[in-house]
Amino acid sequence: MTDPSTDLKRTPLYDLHVRDGGKMVAFAGYEMPVQYKAGLVGEHHAVRNAGGLFDVSHMGELSLKGPKAGELVNGLITNDASKLVDGKALYTCACNDKGTILDDLIVYRAAADRWLIVCNASNREKIVGHVGAAARGVCDFEDISDATALIAFQGPKAVAIASRLASSDLSSLGSFSFVDTTIAGVTCTASRTGYTAEDGLEIFCENASAPKLWDALLTAGRDEGVLPIGLGARDTLRLEGRLSLYGNDIDETTNPLEAGLAWVVKLDKPEFVGKQALVAIKEKGLERRLVGFEMTGRGIARHGYPLLDKDGATVGICTSGSPGPTVGKNIGLGYLPTAMTAVGTEFVVDCRGRKAEAVVVKTPFYKRKAS
Amino acid sequence: MVKVVSDRKYTKDHEWAKADGGKVEVGITAYAVEQLGDITLVNLDVKEGDTIEHGKAFGTIESVKTLSDLFAPVSGKVVKINKDLESKPELVNEDCYAAWMIQIETTSTLDDLLDVAAYEKLVASLDH
Repeated sequence: MTDPSTDLKRTPLYDLHVRDGGKMVAFAGYEMPVQYKAGLVGEHHAVRNAGGLFDVSHMGELSLKGPKAGELVNGLITNDASKLVDGKALYTCACNDKGTILDDLIVYRAAADRWLIVCNASNREKIVGHVGAAARGVCDFEDISDATALIAFQGPKAVAIASRLASSDLSSLGSFSFVDTTIAGVTCTASRTGYTAEDGLEIFCENASAPKLWDALLTAGRDEGVLPIGLGARDTLRLEGRLSLYGNDIDETTNPLEAGLAWVVKLDKPEFVGKQALVAIKEKGLERRLVGFEMTGRGIARHGYPLLDKDGATVGICTSGSPGPTVGKNIGLGYLPTAMTAVGTEFVVDCRGRKAEAVVVKTPFYKRKAS
Repeated sequence: MVKVVSDRKYTKDHEWAKADGGKVEVGITAYAVEQLGDITLVNLDVKEGDTIEHGKAFGTIESVKTLSDLFAPVSGKVVKINKDLESKPELVNEDCYAAWMIQIETTSTLDDLLDVAAYEKLVASLDH
């Protein structure tokens, strides 16, 4: 659905966001809620303490089917999907030939011949082109984004609340596992994944069912503190968990090794797009790395602010930064020369001309307690 | 409709200016606070005794989500800055019409600024 006055697309949950006081903004070609009545910080704490619902229907979903689908997917990503069993998913990068990042993805194996790729909304066109071209003559490929809604239900109480409404036991679902089920009578696929550093689910369903599913989860969780969550809190939650944001921390000028994503780069697997370049990058050694930092001086680092050494020379760049509502500090991510990336290294952030000290710290900034 | 108070004038940048015998207190409006959300930092780039020019930035105000410049509504001399905001930026969220940021000694009037009706009209036009 598109609003003709703005050319912005709307998800099937648009009317519910407006009903619940969502402040709608343009994001990746969609009108999305940046916050609701509770406000960014209230929503952030709701997710950490109870649960929150996120409309992430704007994200891209690509379906690949056929006996060669798995091999095809594995040739396009840095992580190793050949190890996946049915009902398991993995986080990965997709790189270009230069070894820089086209997108970060979650790849789902439903069956040996049925795969799903979830990509960022802002990269959908690019990834559809990239994967679609590779799939031609190899396997069936379909961009099902416009027919698919995606609701993330995140927070310590989310899985238990969803389980009460579900036809199958979701609490036994392992991390990065997914299952076809029904929740509140809605046929859906529930995946134990997320982007908040909390436990939770991401639930795929048809557009037409999305409002029913959203309201059922909201109603079931309301007394326990569940709120709808906007893009603002989504960003602070993911930053505290040091989860990369494409377009901020990673893009086509960064490679996964320097971005701290070496754990999803399997250089020992057979040929994949970008492998040769990444091998060369690794052999040469990294010039810079993405690190987490805390502000020790008065200032909030923001995306794009220069990072300076003690002599005032620009040596790096901040890619993400904000106050962290749970950690209670002003935190950020940024690229620094490898020699300056040890925990405890002090540097300076140029906050629009105002200099403020910062120190490299261990990440993630926030880690949930084992349940 | 956000709160607007009648004892002062307003700017299109969502600041208020309150005249009191040759001195003007400057703060931000409830609309600005609503846009910013939870305020976490008030940075004043001027100190007492500095001269300040109408329309020039004198600091920034930051929330979790974004930051915004503060502009001088009149020219003059900064005679006082609200040091409380350095450690308690949340005072702006609590009562933005009490949480003044700077006091400017000026010979200018506030006649060029928006009165309550004009400012309310501006805010109403932005609410769509």
